[in-house]
Amino acid sequence: MSDKTIDEPQIEEVDLWVSGTEDAEWDTYSTDEGDQKMRLEESGPRLTEQLGSVVSDDYELDDIITEDERMIINMGPQHPSTHGVLRLQLELEGELIRRSKCVIGYLHTGMEKTAETLTFLQGPTNVTRMDYLAPLHNELCFSLAVERLLEIEVPNRAQVIRILMTELNRIASHLVALATNGLDIGAVSIMTYGFREREQILDFFEKTTGLRLNHNYIRPGGVAADLPPGWRADVTDICDTITRRLVDYEDMLKENPIWTGRTRGVGVITAEECRAYGITGPTLRSAGVAWDLRKAFPYSGIENYEFDVPVGEHGDVYDRYRVRIEEIVQSVRIVRQAAAAMPKGDFRIDDRKVTPPPRHRIDESMEALIHHFKIFTEGFRVPAGETYVAIESPRGELGCYLVADGSGKPWRMHTRAPSFYNLQALPIMMADSVVADTVATIASLDPVMGDVDR
Amino acid sequence: MSKELRERYSDAEWGDSHGQEVVRLGRGQLLEFGQAAHEAGFEVLADVTAVDWFRHRQPRFDLVINLLSMEHRRRLRVLVGVPEEDPVVASLVPVWPGANFGEREVYDMFGITFDGHPDLTRILMPDDWDGFPLRKDFEVGSVPVQFKAAHQVS
Repeated sequence: MSDKTIDEPQIEEVDLWVSGTEDAEWDTYSTDEGDQKMRLEESGPRLTEQLGSVVSDDYELDDIITEDERMIINMGPQHPSTHGVLRLQLELEGELIRRSKCVIGYLHTGMEKTAETLTFLQGPTNVTRMDYLAPLHNELCFSLAVERLLEIEVPNRAQVIRILMTELNRIASHLVALATNGLDIGAVSIMTYGFREREQILDFFEKTTGLRLNHNYIRPGGVAADLPPGWRADVTDICDTITRRLVDYEDMLKENPIWTGRTRGVGVITAEECRAYGITGPTLRSAGVAWDLRKAFPYSGIENYEFDVPVGEHGDVYDRYRVRIEEIVQSVRIVRQAAAAMPKGDFRIDDRKVTPPPRHRIDESMEALIHHFKIFTEGFRVPAGETYVAIESPRGELGCYLVADGSGKPWRMHTRAPSFYNLQALPIMMADSVVADTVATIASLDPVMGDVDR
Repeated sequence: MSKELRERYSDAEWGDSHGQEVVRLGRGQLLEFGQAAHEAGFEVLADVTAVDWFRHRQPRFDLVINLLSMEHRRRLRVLVGVPEEDPVVASLVPVWPGANFGEREVYDMFGITFDGHPDLTRILMPDDWDGFPLRKDFEVGSVPVQFKAAHQVS
């Protein structure tokens, strides 16, 4: 202090807080991308992985690009065409994408952890929120896994209701895929059309299950409620409307030069690559592989229905659009058969260990009331064991790996999310294509981020 | 098709779980078995996950791999025990490139590391996350909710 001159003004520190003057303490470390960074100098297996050339390369990559020509940009997570919160890191050379990487996890809510705290009867409320465009498929998959561990067989009517509802759900999901694919490319009319028809299906779901989404309708032991009065007319109406409107879609898109120009030869993936990366669903079928779990490992009596498995040829965006349209046609066929074949009987299993007593018994019997209470509070016990059940969701193989330890809650519940594995196809599809094609490619893959991140 | 595999790995535990073929392997055999299974026709790796048998079983973790053969319409589930002290297994990415995301998820959720994985980083959780959420000793609700850049004014 002694070497200070007297002239120097003394600044007094005043402990007075004025709003808006303080320095914001941004926690920059937490938002730093850290290891998720896409490094330019990468080489070896990681580079080939991102170039999509591990299995087979559709394109020839020119000689190595110089450092100053390359640019890495982020697309998303809030870009409207990324279907939720998907972030892509694109390494660009001018207009060409050389490498890309998906960064996910923005919608992660720990549903597999949550499942361990819920009883088996509460489980469907959890899984139904994963793939929010195909909630009934998630419920079905979980319920089938629980039923396999319990070694019970649901009644015939419940089986047919399950098929009816999941196939309607498949139509609704494919309509959204079609609508958003159109919107991303700039065909706005198809967007409004797709959502219009989906609305009709959702209205029927609301009438049957009480909710438009996240139904919690398919439960271990059967379904939550019987079909509502007048369901047959509704279902027939849906089938007729969709069959009629599909003609409009075909008129609008099938030979539309803008649509074909934007989709043909875009986002190509081969069958070999699909198998290597575990890619299933319409993406696999568009590459020419007639693989459908409804045919290969039938569930809920789907083997009793007549339907075809449409396949594409080139594995491009156009073929995936065609496959989805054809699948809507096939699903309409299944729905019609299910409606015609709807058997009479119980909509849930008559096993008091799994199903609560009927409503009228609760009014007259104390034991029934206690029984009802116990099932909904404690749940039922599932014998120890483990199983993996897979069904064909609109996006591919939806699996449920369930481990029970003999208590009322699962020890472990894992969902094999089709979108999660399908997302690995993006770097392969997009390598050496132009930026404008990314949106078409993402939309054609139809990822649901709730399913990816769970 | 799995007959050859059964003969070749007769020392492994082959079993049946609700009609599904299950094999339990030693940790060292995994990569070699993967290659043999791929050659035997299991061309798709459907799923990779893990189970934490916290204080219930030794070794603590089970790595669960679901294999699929589209040609033969068969599934095979491979279980590999992974001890807590040394949670390392060989990566299956060299055999099935599609194991990439699945193994990253297992690493993220259980802390099992995969030897030879090209890009073993966290996939669903933030990069700076402490702990592995699907381990049984990671309590639900034990992490306070963070509101970033919201500082107390009082």
